Amino acid sequence: MKIIKAANLVFDYIRRNEEGEVEDVNRALDHLNVEIEKGSFVAVLGHNGSGKSTLAKLINGILLPAEGTVWVSEMDTADEERIWDVRKTAGMVFQNPDNQIIGNIVEEDVGFGPENIGVPTEEIWKRVDESLRAVGMTMYRKRSPNRLSGGQKQRVAIAGVMAMKPQCIVLDEPTAMLDPNGRRDVIRTIHELNRSEGITILLITHYMEEVIDADRVIVMDDGKIVMDGTPREIFSRVEELKNYRMDVPQVTELSWELRQRGVPLPECILRKEELLEALLPLLKEE
Amino acid sequence: MIRDITIGQYYPVESPVHRLDPRTKLFGTLVYIISLFFADNIGCYAAATLFLGAVVHLSRVPLRFIVRGLKAIVFLLLLSVSFNLFLTDGRTLVRLGFLKITDNGLRLAFFMGLRLMYLVIGSSIMTLTTTPNQLTDGLEKSLGFLNRLRVPVHEISMMMSIALRFIPILVEETDKIMKAQMARGADFESGNLIQRAKNMIPILVPLFVSAFRRATDLAMAMEARCYRGGSGRTKMKPLHYEKRDHMAYAVLAAYLIAVIAIRFFF
Repeated sequence: MKIIKAANLVFDYIRRNEEGEVEDVNRALDHLNVEIEKGSFVAVLGHNGSGKSTLAKLINGILLPAEGTVWVSEMDTADEERIWDVRKTAGMVFQNPDNQIIGNIVEEDVGFGPENIGVPTEEIWKRVDESLRAVGMTMYRKRSPNRLSGGQKQRVAIAGVMAMKPQCIVLDEPTAMLDPNGRRDVIRTIHELNRSEGITILLITHYMEEVIDADRVIVMDDGKIVMDGTPREIFSRVEELKNYRMDVPQVTELSWELRQRGVPLPECILRKEELLEALLPLLKEE
Repeated sequence: MIRDITIGQYYPVESPVHRLDPRTKLFGTLVYIISLFFADNIGCYAAATLFLGAVVHLSRVPLRFIVRGLKAIVFLLLLSVSFNLFLTDGRTLVRLGFLKITDNGLRLAFFMGLRLMYLVIGSSIMTLTTTPNQLTDGLEKSLGFLNRLRVPVHEISMMMSIALRFIPILVEETDKIMKAQMARGADFESGNLIQRAKNMIPILVPLFVSAFRRATDLAMAMEARCYRGGSGRTKMKPLHYEKRDHMAYAVLAAYLIAVIAIRFFF
């Protein structure tokens, strides 16, 4: 089943001068079509300005398309009557952890979403408990968010979305402002949610290392989808990726360079261990 | 550390006063302030002292925290006490040049001093025992009737609680901007008052820009989490009157009646 469907999506950022005349039109999405399978873990890669954040905001109904339609579990995001159902179904986590936490105490922030959709008090407490447990932040529940690290704040934000029982979470560069430790924690948490709760994850990022465990990778450039496939398929096309000003994971790049120089390595290597396994027999032969 | 500052100087201990519903405390403070303006003889002030002493004792807030609040009004206190002392007509007790101390003046000055001190202590007991969040919740609920006059009570209290959350963040940011500007040779320490105020501009402009950016982000995040104003919203921590609140109201009523009785019959 498809949880997200987007057909023929167009979105323009229009800059107007003081008289309200159009000064400049920047096409962020250009006739984009995409379908996301329920329960999958999809990573969206792209250079700055490739339109990937715009896509995220269109899915959550924060922006509405100029042309085309987005359906979130069969609901049109442009349908004003159902906009709250759309946002409940496809939760969203933003880049800056400070600017999306509303509560003065961790547990109050997690309860903010359920409060907004009118969940009864007892049920809110149950959901808050469950969500905090799911992201591993239960022991911090009485703390002030200002005293948490970036990674912890981001996990609180994820718990806040979880408490609304979404079927899908869209994360717009959730790790861009975090240190390596926080980044690892956040990525581990969303993989965990995907596996154990079956929540569809749409992870928007420009860190290659974060996408190698995804089920599917989408590469965007200039408002279009230019590559689409499993991480292994995508990263075996190193030269094409470089054309779109994208990097590949370090290990992949190294083994690709080695292959270019005539070392007989397998087609696409994503992890250090794989490279080791492939290299060791070769070294022994020497 | 800079991010530790709190507004309203909440003193975190467990006590019967801390556990009271914020509405009880708000209303109680109001009644206490009114009773102080009723009081005009020694009996009333004795009752007020007794009541305040009991509340302070129950709240388990150390006395020095409570007295600290008085420092802010020392000047005002001295001024109003000396005005009352020297400029009231009555039977002269002592004469110092053109100033004279009368029996009425002595009485008025004494009462005025007590009244001011009790006002400050009474209201700081409330802020010391109530978190800012509880306070905004309490205000929202007790001022709910203003909704009918189209006052956006929920929105105002949401704004207050968001402001409280962002104070430490903005303080930290100010600190960062200040250091960045100092690294580029900005000088915040020398010059006269006007000069120094002018020197603050390179701090204020980036601070405002960033505050607006944060506000936009936050508004988007709130919408993404289905925030749509106060209607249809449930509460994670709804306010409930407990038995202790009813008891507190009973004590409060007894106190108020006592003060009124003492005033009119003695």
